[in-house]
Amino acid sequence: MAEFEVQIKEENLAFRKSPILTDKVMHYCPGCSHGTVHNLVAEVIEELGIQDKTIGVSPVGCSVFAYNYLHIDWSQAAHGRACAVATGIKRTNPDKMVFTYQGDGDLAAIGTAETIHACNRGENIAVIFINNAIYGMTGGQMAPTTLIGMKTATTPYGRDPKLNGFPYKIADMIAPLPGVCYVTRQSVHTPANVRKAKNAIKKAFQNAMAGKGLSFVEIVATCNSGWKMSPVAANKWMEENCIPFYPLGDIKG
Amino acid sequence: MKKEVRLMKGNEVLAEAAIRCGADGYFGYPITPQSEVMETLMELKPWETTGMVVLQAESEIAAINMVYGAAGTGKKVLTSSSSPGVSLMSECFSYMAGAELPCVVINVTRGGPGLGTIQPSQSDYFQATKGGAHGDFHFIVLAPASVQDMHDFVFDAFDLAFKYRNPVMILSDGVIGQMMEKVVLADQRPRRTEAEILAAEKDWALTGKTADRNEHIITSLELDPYAQERFNNKLIEKYARIRENEVRYEEYMTEDADYIIVAFGSASRICSMTVDMARAAGHKVGLIRPVTLYPFPTKVLHELAERGVKGFLSAELNHGQMVEDVRQAVNGLAPVEHFGRSGGAVFSPDEVYQALLTKIINRK
Repeated sequence: MAEFEVQIKEENLAFRKSPILTDKVMHYCPGCSHGTVHNLVAEVIEELGIQDKTIGVSPVGCSVFAYNYLHIDWSQAAHGRACAVATGIKRTNPDKMVFTYQGDGDLAAIGTAETIHACNRGENIAVIFINNAIYGMTGGQMAPTTLIGMKTATTPYGRDPKLNGFPYKIADMIAPLPGVCYVTRQSVHTPANVRKAKNAIKKAFQNAMAGKGLSFVEIVATCNSGWKMSPVAANKWMEENCIPFYPLGDIKG
Repeated sequence: MKKEVRLMKGNEVLAEAAIRCGADGYFGYPITPQSEVMETLMELKPWETTGMVVLQAESEIAAINMVYGAAGTGKKVLTSSSSPGVSLMSECFSYMAGAELPCVVINVTRGGPGLGTIQPSQSDYFQATKGGAHGDFHFIVLAPASVQDMHDFVFDAFDLAFKYRNPVMILSDGVIGQMMEKVVLADQRPRRTEAEILAAEKDWALTGKTADRNEHIITSLELDPYAQERFNNKLIEKYARIRENEVRYEEYMTEDADYIIVAFGSASRICSMTVDMARAAGHKVGLIRPVTLYPFPTKVLHELAERGVKGFLSAELNHGQMVEDVRQAVNGLAPVEHFGRSGGAVFSPDEVYQALLTKIINRK
């Protein structure tokens, strides 16, 4: 009979909180993808040993308070302007690792110009783009990424392209730009996807530090409160509806 | 050591002064009548000499947000624009005031409203001095009247910006931006080293979180209204200190004056000739030129009114903006009138003189 000795030792712990994460209780709703992605960013910063070099730029939206959850220096940007703020930081501090963390309303609606031009200049930054197809913080209004037929507070009968236009894939739009070195679309709704997303974020950070240009990591995410679903149902809905329209995988690099 | 003296355009001097004062970065977007600022910087390539960054942004909105980002790291950064471009930047002005970021913004004002004209104007006085965007805040505002001022005020503006951790605006206009004058250039100052920035701005700047300190966060967001009010009170106290310590103005022939013209920037140059004309005709007229528009030289104007000045004329290249501050300073002790031209039209010394006669000296 095989004998087990359970070894509860620091080096054997599979799940441990990264010291980059703060102890503050997150304001995110249970089931929200933000907490998982924050954790991945923290682990990447820890593993690369770049806490003292990293400056994050938080957006306007649910993740405006990202700065409360990671032990790094942060600049909070006006709505949509994160990529311009990151440009100013990186250009005057080329030895720093600069990244933005933005939602779909921030990055793909009000901040479209700042995003595309930072991409086109090939700023040596990483962009983490949380696409949950809705405005979370203001109460679940339509985002540029909201799917056709999807009900939101401002599309109560479902998004009608005649009235509201079409959802668009900004990752595919910026991928051809020569200043962009890496574009990928990931998710964090299964452990396997979480691992892939972490690798993507790590690669993006390494690219930025190596001066290869802009790296863009889109995370197809859930907003179960905005979608008015349980966390489990939101994950299932995302799999069945969002991922077919926003397919996962590397787009460039 | 012999100083370097050159004949230069106001806008070119802004670029030269930015490099010489040891600025770390300039972010801008072309707009008439100030495009020579960035053009001159690109020509001079300071990134090869002092290491100063120069970047043409995709919009004024992006340019000012690049300034916001860089200023948050303790760097000396500036931007320049003209009226419509400054309006585009105004959202971020409020964020910078709320985050207490030192930076310098130059407005080479043109005629408005709307897209307006490309000729000089002073119609952005309200925007510059009364806040200029949402929320309770103030720029410190310097108003140059010569090409030499354009040079000197870049140095002064950065000193004030870092002294108070507050955005500073240089409110110029198309006359001073475009005209050429003799200017004495300061010697090149080195940019601050990383170690110097770390030492000077150690309490707040984004220099990277190290084990010996907590993380630094540049933000203007607060959910608790009472915490926001406490912060606002701190800003109000800062503005009170600025009003107490930083008022600057120039006087011309005010000692025995019965009548005072108040004019700033390029208008003050024109009005100094009006004073000479009036004096030649036997009228005791003097000029007060506010150098700082915020803080406004309220005290000197009030003292002149108390001393018995019989009337004040606020001569501005707009339809009457600074006149409100002059009225507040005089506080009913004497008549205060406005004379102005707008839309890019500039008054002559004689036009101001005629207005002075009609509105003040021969007033019924």
